[in-house]
Amino acid sequence: MEKLPRWADIALIPLINLALALIVSGIVLAFIGQNPFEALAIMVEGAVGSTYGWGYTLYYATNFIFTGLAVAIAFQAKLFNIGGEGQATLGSLGVALVCLALPWPHWSVALPVAIVGGALFGAAWAAIPAYLQAKRGSHIVITTIMFNFIASALLVYLLIGALKAPGMAPESSRFPDGSHLPTARDMFAVIGVDFARTPLNLSFLVALAAGFGLWLLLWRTRLGYEIRAFGHSQTAAIYAGINPVRITMIAMLISGALAGMMALNAVMGEQERLLQDNVQGAGFVGIAVALMGRSHPVGVFLAAILFGALYQGGAELEFETSVPREMVVVIQALVILFTGALDGMVRSPLERTFLRFGRRKPAPEIAAE
Amino acid sequence: MNYLDIVQILDSTIRLATPLLFACLAGLFSERAGVFDIGLEGKILISAFFSAAVAAMTGSVWLGLMAGILASVVFSGIHGLAAITFRGDQLISGVAINFLAAGLTVLIAQDWFAQGGRTPTLAGGARFATIDLPFADALAGVPFLGPLYSEAISGHSILVYAGLLTVPLTWYILFRTRFGLRLRAVGENPGAVDTAGVSVTRLRYSAVLICGVLCGLSGAYLATGLAASFTQNMSAGRGYIALAALIFAKWRPWHALGACLLFGLLQAVSNRYSSIDLGIIEIPNAFVLALPYILTVVILAGFVGKAVPPRAGGEPYVKER
Repeated sequence: MEKLPRWADIALIPLINLALALIVSGIVLAFIGQNPFEALAIMVEGAVGSTYGWGYTLYYATNFIFTGLAVAIAFQAKLFNIGGEGQATLGSLGVALVCLALPWPHWSVALPVAIVGGALFGAAWAAIPAYLQAKRGSHIVITTIMFNFIASALLVYLLIGALKAPGMAPESSRFPDGSHLPTARDMFAVIGVDFARTPLNLSFLVALAAGFGLWLLLWRTRLGYEIRAFGHSQTAAIYAGINPVRITMIAMLISGALAGMMALNAVMGEQERLLQDNVQGAGFVGIAVALMGRSHPVGVFLAAILFGALYQGGAELEFETSVPREMVVVIQALVILFTGALDGMVRSPLERTFLRFGRRKPAPEIAAE
Repeated sequence: MNYLDIVQILDSTIRLATPLLFACLAGLFSERAGVFDIGLEGKILISAFFSAAVAAMTGSVWLGLMAGILASVVFSGIHGLAAITFRGDQLISGVAINFLAAGLTVLIAQDWFAQGGRTPTLAGGARFATIDLPFADALAGVPFLGPLYSEAISGHSILVYAGLLTVPLTWYILFRTRFGLRLRAVGENPGAVDTAGVSVTRLRYSAVLICGVLCGLSGAYLATGLAASFTQNMSAGRGYIALAALIFAKWRPWHALGACLLFGLLQAVSNRYSSIDLGIIEIPNAFVLALPYILTVVILAGFVGKAVPPRAGGEPYVKER
């Protein structure tokens, strides 16, 4: 197999894939009688044209950084964690229990405990599929799908039962004021900048820290090396003395913890009470984000911003035209399809092109395999 | 709970099991040929939309059925292209297909009907009528067996009976024909099939297309038989339950029927009762609904029998040079 230059692999191919996804999305828009360029202009303006737009874009991006990192770490170990949705649901339960447990005096006290709560519950929900994969060979994709449904049933059960607040709606009581995270508006007001009222809050910084922490772990520690080696070739890793059960468990626990931490943003930062559906598909968006970002924290960060902008832009599009918000789901589907499943469609012609024009010296004629 | 309640629950069990059954058999063909398909959900959904939409526009449920099947087959084609031709990740392709269907259906429904992502209510020839089996009325008065026959067994749409017939047909195709033998072999050891001079690509594409047709039937029944219109995300996880049923059945047709009936029964019971009082403990509704998923995890964990999937499942076949 001929190797592509590194820049082509990490930048060119994703960009081509993204372009293909956007072109097909444009065709879909044209099919339903919209001008794709006009729609794009509305979406870009809506997403990044004001502090209001940026606030929502980065708010969504925060969710996607967490779930994207969650999928990415699992991908690094060649595990496809499709259960981000369920793990984030359980994370929301953990965060809510922490917030409701005490009359918190100040967010700076509540936040660290809530991080632990969300991460712990998310990790616990990932632990069972991880154990079944590592020890009993149950396919992790199927078990994590099943756990998504079980999680949502569990949450519904708790919200019409034990955790239900008085009243009709199946939701928990409001969290105490002391667990209220500072919003971007609060923080910018300190330096005298008038930032629009949006749900963007401190969790964005937690997400950035999580991304940096994951980068340190994966590329600067022995454990990270083991995880990547395991993902690269399981047989080689096992031969080198890496314990597959341990790596599977650790990678999935970190993955579940990251997915669970999404609740800091959505539940603690924005809704400030536990609702029935607080993940809203972010667990699945994480798959697209991790695929686009090539499972690298920096890539995940950039892809999460892109998807945040897409979500906010999609909301604006719905507001200004008759195009429903589901347009974003279509774009997301096409991104997953082109970057994840149809990667070979772009890669092999590109490899041939590079082989023909790119190299001055001829490729070595060794029958490598 | 009296006898008539039981008969009524059995009646809705059969109706609720039918979309699962089509989808489960669809997955059976695909996965037996070595192509994992978690995109069943999306194919059911896209078929449900197009069958309801075309039935609404033409007034003919049969044209609707054709449109539903066609839409589902197109999606199958995308999956085949990704999984077979470009050797992409089958699981990721399935995820993409589910999203694509969830988004496209609402998008197109809004554009065509402007009713908030749904189709108009179907009536008359745009729905599948129920079929009364012979003597259903005459036998209704017979104690015990009478109501069972006239209520639960008779009076379903033709697709329900087609679904039940698909089970022996699937069994026959897979285990009694040459095509079936090769199809199973390609899911276990594609290299051997290739060596024997049979095209792996062609076999896998046929399996994926059969899968598309069956998912199309599932979606069409959902929108034009079970319900009377398309509504947003109306597949509601049925594709995943069908996948669960497939694992539960360990990739065998007759067991698939049993699993789908069981999961249909759970759904029927939870639709009817908000919770089940067993005297000592009360089983919450949420638990009954989650039971198929829980059972599947238990089966996958190998605590109750071991579910061994086709050996070459999920792996693209790379022909050696």
